[in-house]
Amino acid sequence: MSDALWQRTAADLAKLISNGDVSAVEVTSSVIERMQEVEPSVRSFVTQTPEAALATAKWVDDGTAGPIAGVPLALKDIICTKGIRSTASSKMLENYVPPYSATVAARLEEAGLPMVGKTNLDEFAMGSSTENSAFFATHNPWDLERVPGGSSGGSAASVASGQAIWSLGTDTGGSIRQPAALCGVVGLKPTYGLVSRYGLIAFASSLDQAGPITRDVRDAALLLKAIAGHDPHDATSLPDPVPDYVGVLEEGIDGLRIGVVKEISGEGLQPGVKQRFEEAVGLLRKLGAQVGEVSLPTFEFGIDIYYLIAPAEASANLARYDGVRYGLRVDGPDVAAMNAATRSAGFGPEVRRRIMLGTYALSAGYYDAYYGKAQKARTLVIRDFERAYRDFDLLVSPGSPTTAFKFGEKTEDPLTMYLSDICNVPTSLAGAAAISVPCGLSPDDGLPVGLQFMAKPLDESTMLRAAYAFEQELGFADKPPMWTSH
Amino acid sequence: MSITQKDVEYVARLARLALDEDEVAVVAEQLSKILDHAARVTGLDTEGVPPTAHAIPLSNVVREDEVRPSLSQEQALVNAPLEEAGHFRVPRIIE
Repeated sequence: MSDALWQRTAADLAKLISNGDVSAVEVTSSVIERMQEVEPSVRSFVTQTPEAALATAKWVDDGTAGPIAGVPLALKDIICTKGIRSTASSKMLENYVPPYSATVAARLEEAGLPMVGKTNLDEFAMGSSTENSAFFATHNPWDLERVPGGSSGGSAASVASGQAIWSLGTDTGGSIRQPAALCGVVGLKPTYGLVSRYGLIAFASSLDQAGPITRDVRDAALLLKAIAGHDPHDATSLPDPVPDYVGVLEEGIDGLRIGVVKEISGEGLQPGVKQRFEEAVGLLRKLGAQVGEVSLPTFEFGIDIYYLIAPAEASANLARYDGVRYGLRVDGPDVAAMNAATRSAGFGPEVRRRIMLGTYALSAGYYDAYYGKAQKARTLVIRDFERAYRDFDLLVSPGSPTTAFKFGEKTEDPLTMYLSDICNVPTSLAGAAAISVPCGLSPDDGLPVGLQFMAKPLDESTMLRAAYAFEQELGFADKPPMWTSH
Repeated sequence: MSITQKDVEYVARLARLALDEDEVAVVAEQLSKILDHAARVTGLDTEGVPPTAHAIPLSNVVREDEVRPSLSQEQALVNAPLEEAGHFRVPRIIE
C-alpha cells in the first residue's frame, strides 16, 4: 500500500475499515497527524476537534460500524454541532456553543464519522474567497498565495490538503461548487429541500443547502446518501425517497443529451478555463453523449437577481442577532443603542453591506422595483431551465470562470467578487442540483479548473453518473504540491 | 441609480447598524455600484409572471398539534449574554 491513509478516498477507507484491514482509530490518527503537519500553512479550521474524533473512531472500532463508519470528516463552521463552538466565522458567534446539532451533523455522527474539526468560511457564508472570515484567511493548497474560493473555502482546502477525507459545505449561490473548482476537488449542491437545513446558521433561507465536498464523485454520492432525506424539523424538507446514488454510478453517459450553456461558456472565462472546458465537452462527446449548445437568456441576469434576493433574505435572517438571546452583546444606554452597537461590532464589512443592500431592496418605495421584480425574474430563470430540459438531460458550464485568484485581488470591489459565482447562481435560484468536478489544470497557471454539471431538481442520479463517467475517463490524478507524506 | 449618504443612514437605522461617517460614504458608493448592476433586472419583461419565493412545490406544511421534546429553559438560556431568574435581561425599554 503506497498511499498514506489520509491520501485515500472515503470509499477505499470505508472498505478497509469494514474489512478489518485498518481500524478507524488508525485512519483518524493519520488524518490528525496530517492536520498537525499542514494546517499551520493552510489554515482550514476555525476549531480542531481531534479528541472527539478519536473518541468516535474508538466507538466505531468497538463494533458499531455502519457502511461509511470511521472515515474522518470536517464540517463547515456554519453547521451547528452540539457542545462544539459554531461560529459562522463571525465575531457575532465567536463563543457560541449550540445546545443542539444540525440534522446533517447528527446523521453523520450516528453514521460513525469522526469529526476532526469545523472549517473556516466567509462570515455567514457571504463571500467567494474565505477572505471575509472574521478570524483569518484560508490558503489554497495548490498555491498558498491564493484563495481557496468560498464561502466553503476551509472545507475545500481541508479536503484538498488531506486534513479531512471529506467535508460538508453549504451553498447559497455557489459556495460549495466554486471553492471545489478552485481547490481541485468535487463539490455537490443538492436540490433545495433534499438535505435538511435544520441547524444550519441561516443566510438566505430559500437558497441555502448543505452538500458534500470530496476527493471524487463516488465519495460525493456516498456522503449525499448519508445526509439526504426528509427531516420533520425542516418544513422545506422534501418527503421524496432517497435513491441509491452509488448504485447508478457505473451506468455511463452514453446517449445522455448534454447542453452547453451558451451564456456562460465563452466570454468572461479565463483562456485556460475556456480551453479545459472545451476539452471536457469534447470528452463528453467521446463518451457517447449527444452534446449541443443551448441558450438560457436569463443566465446573464443571475447575479443581479441573486444580489437582490439573497441579501433581502439575509437582512431578515440576521435580524435575530440583537444581543439578547445568544451571541455577542455590546452594551448601550437603551435597547436600540445596544442592538446597533452589538451588530456593528459583531458583523464584518461584507455582512453589513449585504444587510443594508437587502434592507434597501425591501424598503418602502423600492420593494416592487427590486425585490418583487427579482422574484419574478427568478421565475423566468426557472422557465429557462424547464425549456432547456425539454431537449437536454443535463447542462454543463465551467465550475468557475477563473482559477484561484490571489489574496486581495477582488476585495476592493465587491461587485468583482460577486461575479466569480456567475456560473453557479442560476441553479441556486432554480433550486436545482449541480456538481463541480475537476477537469484538469489550467495551462495558464497550473491551477485546477472545474466542470459543472447541472441537473433537473431531484435528478442527482443522472448528474452523478455523468460526472463519474467523465471523471473515470479523464483520470485526473494531479494533486497539490503539498500532497506528500512525511 | 445613485444611493446617497442619506439613504445609507436611513437604511442603517432600519437595520440597526451604527456606521461612522467614512463608512457611510464608502457604502453609498459600493451600494450604488451593486444596485446599478442589479437594476438590469428591471429591463426584463415580467408582465404576468408570478413571483417565486421558493423553488420547491411544497406549501402549508403542517404537523399534528402535539407536544414534542424541545430545548429546556436552561438550554435556551445557556448562550444568553445576560440572564436573570430564568429570563433574558435587556436594557430598560419603557421609560
